[in-house]
This record gives sequence, structure tokens and C-alpha cells, in this order.
Amino acid sequence: MGAIIKVEGLGKKYRIRHAARGQARYKTFRELLSEIPAAVRRRFNTSACAPSEVEDFWALRDVSFEVQPGERVGIIGRNGAGKSTLLKLLSRITDPTEGRITLRGRLSSLLEVGTGFHPELTGRENIFLNGAILGMSRAEVKRKFDEIVDFAGIEKFLDTPVKRYSSGMYVRLAFAVAAHLEPEILVVDEVLAVGDAEFQKKCLGKMEEVGREGRTVLFVSHNISAVSQLCSRGLLIKNGTLNLDNDINEVMRAYTMGHPETSGWSVELSPNAARYSKMALLSCELSAGGADGEKRLNIIHPGDKVTIKAKFSCNATVEGVSIGCIFFSSLGVRVLDANLAMIERTMKICANSVLEVCWEFQQIMLSTGFYNIGISAGTQGETLCDYLEILQIQVAEAQNSPYPYAYPSPYRPNFTLKVRHCE
Amino acid sequence: MTGISRDTDTQPHTEIILEAGRTERQYWRDLWRYRELFFILAWRDVAVRYKQTVVGVLWAVLRPLLTMIVFTVVFGKLAKLPSQGDTPYALMVFAAMLPWQFFSASLTSCSESLVGNAGLISKVYFPRITIPAAGVMVNGVDMCISFSLLLLLMLCYSFLPPPQIICVIPLILLAGLLALGAGLLLCSLNVAYRDFRHIVPFITQFGLYVSPVGFSSGIIPEKWQALYACNPMVGVIDGFRWAVLGSIPFPAFSLSVSMIICAALLWMGIRYFRSTEKTFADVI
Repeated sequence: MGAIIKVEGLGKKYRIRHAARGQARYKTFRELLSEIPAAVRRRFNTSACAPSEVEDFWALRDVSFEVQPGERVGIIGRNGAGKSTLLKLLSRITDPTEGRITLRGRLSSLLEVGTGFHPELTGRENIFLNGAILGMSRAEVKRKFDEIVDFAGIEKFLDTPVKRYSSGMYVRLAFAVAAHLEPEILVVDEVLAVGDAEFQKKCLGKMEEVGREGRTVLFVSHNISAVSQLCSRGLLIKNGTLNLDNDINEVMRAYTMGHPETSGWSVELSPNAARYSKMALLSCELSAGGADGEKRLNIIHPGDKVTIKAKFSCNATVEGVSIGCIFFSSLGVRVLDANLAMIERTMKICANSVLEVCWEFQQIMLSTGFYNIGISAGTQGETLCDYLEILQIQVAEAQNSPYPYAYPSPYRPNFTLKVRHCE
Repeated sequence: MTGISRDTDTQPHTEIILEAGRTERQYWRDLWRYRELFFILAWRDVAVRYKQTVVGVLWAVLRPLLTMIVFTVVFGKLAKLPSQGDTPYALMVFAAMLPWQFFSASLTSCSESLVGNAGLISKVYFPRITIPAAGVMVNGVDMCISFSLLLLLMLCYSFLPPPQIICVIPLILLAGLLALGAGLLLCSLNVAYRDFRHIVPFITQFGLYVSPVGFSSGIIPEKWQALYACNPMVGVIDGFRWAVLGSIPFPAFSLSVSMIICAALLWMGIRYFRSTEKTFADVI
């Protein structure tokens, strides 16, 4: 048997209306009627070229891939890259504009936890309702009813309307129903963003189980560690096209590192690009020098001295400001936060001034891997500026190190080890 | 696990091809596969309707009863409109109100159904036509409750129903299909143009006065009868009075007009619904 999912040249076009003509998203019938004369005029009078108020937007274009039965594929991409559009096309919620999808098996999609849950109905009733919506037969739900209730852990509240549930219970029940679907292809979007850590672990376990049973899983999540744990293969979607289709670890690396604006060790920014008005980062520069005097190399070693210099332009006078520098691992985990407030100091910034801040890490004790460096400033209640992923570094053990860094931990301790061979 | 493998075995590996403008072929097969969803959606709306109310299902009895009293007093007692033969005015009104309320409630819930289930439409796939169809189905339940109330009322008036009472079943079906046809058209228009949300209450309110609910069709002058019969509900309501009360002769003309209009509406409704269905998730 060949591929269970085959996608060829898939594209989805949306038409976006520009606000210039004061068009809201919903058209009213009156507007439609009033457009008719204009449309007729346009048709007969091609010389008076009307400004194109409708623009075509390709949410997804020219995407082709195949998925074999039993594969677990992670779909990764920034917000708005087209991941959700791809899932919507696969799960037949909208029609493709071009290309084709061939599905050889029953597909169930879980694009949202608790789709179709009705707040007035009880837990018991909602299990049947949600099951039917997700494509289970009544008999199927009945057979798995106890298992579902058990998984969600809501026995006591089965006959309570779900509107009285805590949000945790609600999500648990919703996921429990979905987790007991038995399609050949399961498409899951961002459902692990909810629920507490323990439940997330349970969900991941359940999904791994689904994969082990030989079913095909397509999984989208921003929880990168979950994706890497669950999936063996990754698809990187970027601006509506398939950027990379490879082993999950390769794809993750490309995803976390591949921002063109943040390559290199120093970066200059236009103050206009700032998201917040009171402070803007002008430049950021990193230098590292190990004991052996290595400077400005692409790689730093654990224990190196690292200096980060940042220059801000300040547009307001604010007191009580603290500035922080944060290291994110390639899985998106904050592994290091060096904030001014930690050394019990805040400062005042003055309007129309330039501020230079310099962090010195005497010995950076990070484990091997890629790191994103972010810079932010703020007061207790207000964010003044926030730059995630402004620079990247790669930390590597010294070249002759025998350390096999297949499973690096985030922190690399500076330690000594005494070994004594006893009899 | 054996149960699971049995399940998948009965469903052969169907190959589904998704392409622009090519979902046509599997649509009706899917509709059959999702037949359970249709009943569950209808059940949900019934279950939800009377939750957290004190008198519960009694509302289904009270609503037509109160309307009947008002109509009987206003049209029968104050305006002194004639009844049909020796039928009590209250019975005549109630027999007409059954199909009318079924129709107007179905039309309303049908046209609101898609927008009301926007969350479902943008997150799960199923043949969308199940939603408006379930909207009609739900009102069938109220209809049945009202019908038993009618029988009770007839008992009170010691009125013996004629044998053709069995014909109410096809008549109800006709009213339901009329509502579905118009509802399909309205609900798909409502997705793109929310104006129809305001038009529907107007249709049902206006319709109540141009349909023979509070009065008998006999009071319409002869020369206007043909035009009057163009309202498809005239045939259904008169048919109902014929079937339940036997107070008027079989309304052959207006009923055949109703059926023609019903077929036309259904054809148009399904066509328009199917052609816009694929864009629902993008527009809603």
C-alpha cells in the first residue's frame, strides 16, 4: 500500500478586501446592491481602471508531500504561515483552490478541543454529542464510554452541565473524547496548549499510543518539545509554502534558527520597527572570548566569557525600569534570564536619550545546542520593549571533547569530579 | 482490539480525492454516513431548549394554547369572523396553528442554524446540510406535542375526527419540506449576508396574517382565491382543517399549488446550498 496521504501542488487562495473602501468583513445585502452599478460600469469602461480593492492572498501554495501509513508528522511554522489552512484543507473544512489531496483512509481532525460542546448539556450528553460530531457512531461511543470517562477523570460530574465545569475539567473531557477516536489518520492542531502539565503528558502519551498502533498522525503545535517528542518527521511551512521536509530535529533547527533578520553576532535595528513606542532597540552585539582568546567565532564553549551590548533609544521618561536578557533553547525553553532587577536595581530612562547596556557573563554555563537571545525592558506593570530572538549562538563543547551531546540538558554545570578506582 | 479491527474492516479503504470543485461524488454517501449526527444535532436542540426552565416541556403546550386563545377572542369573538360550519372557532384556529407554527419555527431555526453553529462549521467536516435539516426536525417534536394537545381539545369539545385524519402525516411532511426548501436558501444567504437574519422574522410575522390561521379561507372573496393560494401555506393549512376537522372540502387546487412551490423551493434551496456550501467555512 502506498502513501496514505498524498498532496500535490496544493494551494488555497483567499480574497482580502482592503479597508480603504471602508468595507467591513460582512457584506450586507444593501452594499451588494449598491455595488452592482459600479461593477457594471467597470465592465463597460475598462479604460477607467478601478483600483483593485480586492487582493488575492495565497494562504498556501504549491505544497506537495506524501505521508506513509503509520508516520507521525509534525507541522511547524510561525503564526500565519499556513499550517492551519493546510489542516483545514486536509480535514475537508474548506476546498482547495488548486492542486489535489488523496486520502486513503478515514480521517478525523481535532482542530480545537471541545468543538460542538454544548454548555447546557451534561458531561454524559456531551460525550455522545461530541463523539458524533467527530465522526464516531453511537455504538462506538457507547463501547468506549467508560474509558473516556476514566481518561478525563470526571466520573463525579457526569450529570452536571459542562458550563459548571472548571476549564480544566472541560478540556480534559473534550480531549478524552477526541483521544478515543479511531481513524486511520488523525489530524491534531494545537490542542496541547491547554490543560495542566500532568494532563498534557497524558495527552502526549495517548497520542504516542495512537501512533504505535500504526495510525498516521499529523500534529501541529507550538509546544516544540511536544512535537519533537511525538513526531519523527517534520514539515516546515513558511509563508504558505513547504520550506523543508525532513527529519524532525533538522526541521526544528531550521525553524528556530532560520530568521533572516537575526543572523550573525551583531544586529542593527531600525527604531521604526519597534512594537512599543517608549523604547526601541537600536543595536545588539555579542562577543565571546574563551580563556584561549577565541574571539568573534561562531561558536562559544561552555565556560566562555560572553558580553552582550545593547543600545536603546528612549522616547519617554520612565522610572523603575529593569532590563533583561533571556536565553531560549532551541525548544523554546527559557534557560537563562539575566535581569537588572535580579541584582536589586531598577533605573530611570530619560526621553530622547540613547542608553547602552552591557551584560557580562563571566562564565556561560550552557550545554551544547542552539540558543536564541532575547532582550526586553519594562517596569512592574508595563512592557517598554520586547525582542525575542534577536541573536543566536551555538554552544559546543571543545573540539576534542568526548561528550556525546545527543541529549543535552539546558544547563551545563561547572564541576569537578573525583574518581577513585577502588578494589 | 478485535472490535476495532472489525470496525475498520467493514469500512473498506475508500480513496477520497479532494480537488477544487470535486466533492460532488461522495457527498450523498457522506450524508448517509453522518445520518447519526443529524439525529444527535436535533436531539441536542431539543434537549437544550427546555433546560433550566421551571415548567420545561410545558412551554410547548402553553405557547400554541395561549396563541389560540388570543386568536379565538380577537377573530372569533371581537371581529366575529364566521367559523366553518358548526366547528368551534377555537378548534378551527388550533388546527391551523399546528402546521403554521411548525412551518414558521422551522423556517426560523433553519435559517439561523448555520450561523448559530459557526464553531462547528469552521472546525469539523460533515455534510453541512445536516444542520438546517436538524433545525426542521427539532420543531417536529413540538409539533407532536401540540398535536396531542389538539386531540385532547377535540375530546373536550367531544368532536369526532374524520377518517382522513391520517392525512396529517403527509401534510406535516409537506410543511416541513416547504420550511426546509426556503430555509436552505435563507440559511446559506444568511452566512454571507446577515440581512436575512432580519428578514426572516418579518416573513413569519407577515405570513401569519396572509395565511388562514386566525380566520377561515372561506372569507376570502372568490376573485382573490387564486392569488391567495400562491401562499404555499394556504394549501397546507386548509388541508389540515380538512383532515382534522373535515369542516371544508378537500382543497385540491391550493394543495397542488403548495406542492409545486415546495418542489421548486427545495430544488432551488438544495442547489444554492450546495453551490455555496464549500465557502461557508471561509465566510462565516
